[in-house]
Amino acid sequence: MAAISRDDVAHLAKLARIDMSNAELDHLAQEMSVILDAVARVQEVAGSDVPPTSHPIPVNNVVREDVVLPSLSQEDSLSGAPAQAEGRFKVPQILGEE
Amino acid sequence: MALNYDQAVAKYDPTLGLEVHVELNTNSKMFCGCSTEFGAEPNTQTCPVCLGLPGALPVVNGKAIESSILIGLALNCSIAPFSRFARKNYFYPDMPKNFQTSQYDEPICVNGYLDVEIETEDGPKQFRVEIERVHMEEDTGKSLHVGGATGRIHGAEYSLLDYNRAGIPLVEIVTKIVGGTGKYAPEVARAYVTELRDILRSLGVSDVKMEQGSMRCDVNLSLAPIGSGSLGTRSETKNVNSLRSVERAVIGEVIRQANRLEAGERIVQETRHFLEESGQTRPGRSKEQAEDYRYFPEPDLVPVVPDSAWIEELRATLPEKPSNRRKRLQIEWSVPDKEMSSLVNAGLLDVVEETIKLGAEPTRARSWWLGEISRLANEREVDPTSLITPGQVAVVISLIESGELTDKLARQVVEGVVAGEGTPADVITKRGLKVVSDDGALMTAIEAAIAAQPDTALRVRGGNIPAAGALIGAVMKATGGQADAAKVRELLLKHLGQGE
Amino acid sequence: MTSIRSTAAQMAEALSAGTITSVELTQAHYERIGEVDSEVHAFLYLDKEGALAQAAQSDAKRNSGEIQSPLAGVPLALKDLLTQKGIPTTCGSKILEGWRPPYDSTVVAKLKAAGVVILGKTNMDEFAMGSSTENSAYGPTHNPWDLTRIPGGSGGGSAAAVAAFEAPLAIGSDTGGSIRQPAAVTGTVGVKPTYGGVSRFGLIAFSSSLDQAGPCARTVLDAAMLHEVIAGHDEKDSTSINAPVPQVVKAAKKLDVKGMKIGVVKELQGEGFQAGVLERFHDGLDALVSCGAELVEVSCPAFDYALAAYYLIAPSECSSNLARFDSMRYGIRIGDDGVRGAEEVMKLTRHEGFGPEVKRRIILGTYALSSGYYDAYYGSAQKVRTLLMRDFNAAFAKADVLVSPTAPTTAFKIGENVDDPLAMYLNDIATIPVNMAGIGGMSLPCGLAPEDGLPVGFQIMAPAMRDDLMYQVGGALEATLLAKWGAPILDSAPLLAAK
Ligand SMILES: [Mg+2]
Ligand SMILES: [Zn+2]
Repeated sequence: MAAISRDDVAHLAKLARIDMSNAELDHLAQEMSVILDAVARVQEVAGSDVPPTSHPIPVNNVVREDVVLPSLSQEDSLSGAPAQAEGRFKVPQILGEE
Repeated sequence: MALNYDQAVAKYDPTLGLEVHVELNTNSKMFCGCSTEFGAEPNTQTCPVCLGLPGALPVVNGKAIESSILIGLALNCSIAPFSRFARKNYFYPDMPKNFQTSQYDEPICVNGYLDVEIETEDGPKQFRVEIERVHMEEDTGKSLHVGGATGRIHGAEYSLLDYNRAGIPLVEIVTKIVGGTGKYAPEVARAYVTELRDILRSLGVSDVKMEQGSMRCDVNLSLAPIGSGSLGTRSETKNVNSLRSVERAVIGEVIRQANRLEAGERIVQETRHFLEESGQTRPGRSKEQAEDYRYFPEPDLVPVVPDSAWIEELRATLPEKPSNRRKRLQIEWSVPDKEMSSLVNAGLLDVVEETIKLGAEPTRARSWWLGEISRLANEREVDPTSLITPGQVAVVISLIESGELTDKLARQVVEGVVAGEGTPADVITKRGLKVVSDDGALMTAIEAAIAAQPDTALRVRGGNIPAAGALIGAVMKATGGQADAAKVRELLLKHLGQGE
Repeated sequence: MTSIRSTAAQMAEALSAGTITSVELTQAHYERIGEVDSEVHAFLYLDKEGALAQAAQSDAKRNSGEIQSPLAGVPLALKDLLTQKGIPTTCGSKILEGWRPPYDSTVVAKLKAAGVVILGKTNMDEFAMGSSTENSAYGPTHNPWDLTRIPGGSGGGSAAAVAAFEAPLAIGSDTGGSIRQPAAVTGTVGVKPTYGGVSRFGLIAFSSSLDQAGPCARTVLDAAMLHEVIAGHDEKDSTSINAPVPQVVKAAKKLDVKGMKIGVVKELQGEGFQAGVLERFHDGLDALVSCGAELVEVSCPAFDYALAAYYLIAPSECSSNLARFDSMRYGIRIGDDGVRGAEEVMKLTRHEGFGPEVKRRIILGTYALSSGYYDAYYGSAQKVRTLLMRDFNAAFAKADVLVSPTAPTTAFKIGENVDDPLAMYLNDIATIPVNMAGIGGMSLPCGLAPEDGLPVGFQIMAPAMRDDLMYQVGGALEATLLAKWGAPILDSAPLLAAK
C-alpha cells in the first residue's frame, strides 16, 4: 500500500502551484493512495534489461534552418494577457528575487 | 579578528566549480523562428512557441546544435553519439512554459578540458580545468520590477514581462571540481573564463559580451581546512558579469566562508548574488528544501544523434587556439604583455592583424586601433570595429609613413571616415587635408612670422633655440596646421643662422 | 436528396453537382443545432458568422470553376482543444475561459485551406482528461441515444455532434481513446491516426507522446476523406512523420478483405467486458469471416499493464504541459489584489481554474516524476511501453490488423462513475495500448447491445503508418453490417429518429 499522507500531497501541490484546502488534501491523499496502488504494478514487469520508450515513433535529428520568421505583433502577443502595461505583460510582483 | 584573504587561504583550501551560460549568436531562437536581435520593442520578437501559448511546439535550431558541437570540440570534449533534450520543471513568471527545455543526463558534449596559464610568484604556471559537460538550453524572458523597495504603498508593486529574450539559445558549460589552485583560485577562475571567452569568440558562435549578459558566470566555491582532504559545502554565486568580478567574487566568498568557519558556523548550500560595489556576496532566495525539477525527456523533441562524418567536418573548421595565436602574434609584433592583454580584452586582435596584413607597421596599427579609434568608439558607445575598416586604417598609416599626413591630419582623416564622409582619400580631398611641404610656401610663412615677432627672432639668432617654438607655432597656425612641423623647424633655424 | 442525415461524401457530391450550396448546408446544420443542442450540449461555441462566410467563399469558388478539395463546403465541428485564430478555445477548462488564440493550429489551417466549414467548437472533458465529458467546466454533453447517458470522452462533444446530425464531420483528439471510445458509445466512426500522422501544432497538449488528432464521422469513407485533409508532414511539429500519407480513401473504398489476417487480441475480450458488447463484437468477427478474412488469435500479455503505465505517463506529461496555465500571459487570473505576489496568484488561479480530475492527474504526475520516485513510476511505465510495442510487433507478424471491442461497456449513466476514478479509467482499457505504441486505431459500430439497445464499438488496430489497413478492414466490415441491418445504425436511435 503506497501510503500518501496529507503532507505529501501538500508538498506536491506546492510544487505544482495549486492552492488546496485541508479537506482537498485529505481527499486527494486517499485517492492518490488507491491510484498509486493500482499503477504500481508497472514495476512487476519492467525489468532492468528493458529499455524505456519515450517517443512512440523513432525519429532523430529533426532540426530547422536558422532563419528568422515573422513573429506575432506586440498586440497579438499581448492579446491574451490578463493585464498589460508598456508593451509588457503585467503580473503581480515576483517575490523572492532581487 | 576577521581573516583577510591571505590569512584565509593560509588556513583553508578553496575548491572551484564554474558554470558559464553563453547566448549563441544565431539569427533565430532555439525553438522558433523569432529574431534574436538585441534591443527590439518589448514582446515583438515573440510567437506562440516562445510565449508558451497553448498548443505551440518547439523545433530545434540546427545552427545551435552545430555551435554547441563546435564549442565541445574546442574544449576537447567527446561529442555524445546520442543526446536529448529534457524538461526542467519549475515555475517562474519569466519562463513561459514553466519548464525550461534543457539537457539533463544526456548532454551534447562531455568530458573535456581547458588549459589556462596564470602568473604566480614562481613565474607562469599552467592549470588544467576539466569540463564536465556542455549542454544546450533556452534563455528566459526579462522582468522589470515596478515599485519595489522604494514604493511606499506595498500594493503598488508589480512586474512587467518582456519575452523577446525567451527562447534565445544558450549553451551551458560546466566544469568539474577545480581543486589544487590554493591561493590562486581567483586568478584561475578569471583565467578560465577569459580563455573560454576568447575561444567562443574565435569560434564566432557568440558575442560573448559579459556586460550585455550574452555570457554569464556562476561561481561555485567551497573551502576545506588545508590538508583535510575533504570537500566543504559550496555556495553558488549567480550571474557574475565581468572578468574582474569573477576574480573578486572568488576572493569575496573565500573571505566570507573562512570567517564563518573560523566562527564555528556552518556554510549553507545556497545561491548568492555578487555585489559589484563591495565585491561581496549576499544570499539569494533561500530554499527550504532542494528544488525538485522533475526532469524527463522532452516528448515534443526528438533525439540529437550527430554522425561522426559531420563531427569531423566541424572539427576541420576549428580555428587556431586563441592562446596559441596570442603567443604567436605577440612574438611577431613584439608587443609588451600589458598592451597585448589590452588588445585581447578590447577584442581588437582580428582587426589589428588584418591591418598589419594590409601592410601597416605593427606598432602604428596597434596604437591607432587601441588609441584614436577606440576613443571615438567610446564616445559613440559602439564597437571600434564598426567604425572603420582595417583597410582604411592601413591606408591612413601608409600616408603617415610617406609623410603625406601628419599624425594630427591623420586623426582628422579618421574622424572624417568615422563621420561617414567616405574613404580616407575622399576625406582628404573634401577637407583639403594635405601636408604643406613646399619650401617656398613655408618660407613665405616663416618670413611673415619673423616680421611679426622680431624680438623673438633676435633671441633665436642669439642662440636661444627653445624660443623658436613661438615662431614655429605661428607658422603652423598660418598654414592651418597642415605644415610638417619638423620641416618648418629645420627651415626656420637655418634661416636664423642656427642650422647645423 | 441531400439532408443533414447524408454522409459527408454525399454532401460533397451534392455540392459539386450544384444541387445544394455550402451556405444552405451550413444553415441547415445550424438549424439542427438550434433544435437539439440545448439537450445534447455538443457545442461550446458557434462561429455562425465565420462559418457562413467560409461557406459563401466556398460557393463562390465553386461557381467560378476553381477546383476545390473534395470536402470543400462541407461543415465540421472542431474539438475545443485545437486553436483557431480569434475563436474562443477553452479545452473545456475554466482556466482558459475567454482566451482567443492569435494563431491557427495546423489542423485548422489545413481545414481552412481545404474549404471545410468550421461550425464551432465542441465540448470535451477538461484538457481531454476523462472518458465521459462530465469533466467539462461547461457542463456535460449528453448521448443522443439516451440523454441520461454519457457520450464518451474526452471528445464527447464531437462524437455527439456527429451522432445527432449537428455536423457530418468532427475533429477529435485521442490520447487514450478519446476519439474511439466516444465513437463506440454514440454509434459513430472515430479514428486515431498513427502518432505523427497528423500535426500536433496548435493541439493543446494533454500528453505529448500520446496525443493525436483524428476524424470523427458517420461512415468509414467520411472519416477517410477527413483524414486525408488533416494528415501530412508539418515542419512545426518535430514528431510529425516525414512520409507520404497512407491512401486511406482508396483503402476505405476497397471493400475487400479476402485473405487478410485479422488478429483477435486474447487479452481484450474476457473479464470486465459487458456480455452484449462481446456478442456484437463477435458479430463483427463473423462478418469479416464472411468476407473471406481469416481470424487468428494473438496474445499481448503486456496489455494487462497498459492502463497502469498510461496512468503514469499521461499524468506525468500533463503535469508539465499544464504548468503554463499560470495566469501570467493568458487565461483567467484569480486573486490579483495588488498585494499578493505572483506565486500566490498562480496557486489561487490554478485552484479555481482546474477541475478535480485535472488536479488529480497533475498531482499524480508531479509525484511520478519527482526525485526518488521517477525510476519506480515514470521510468517503469516507459519500460512497459517498450513491452507493449514488442507485443504489437509480435502480433503484427501474425496478423495484418488486430481487433477488439473498443470499450468494455456501452454508454453508462451520467454521474455513475464520477466518484470512482479507477472505474472510470477502465473505460479505456482496450484503446490505451494503441496510443502507448503510437499505432493507428479505429472504432466503428458493430451493432446494439441486446441488454440496453445501445451501440457497441468494434476496434481495428493497424501497424504504424499503415492506417490504410484499418480503413480497408473497416470499410468492408461496415458495408457487410449495413447490408445485414438494412439501414445505418443511427436510424435506430429513438431520440434521433424522432427529431
Ligand atoms: Mg542551466
Ligand atoms: Zn518565437
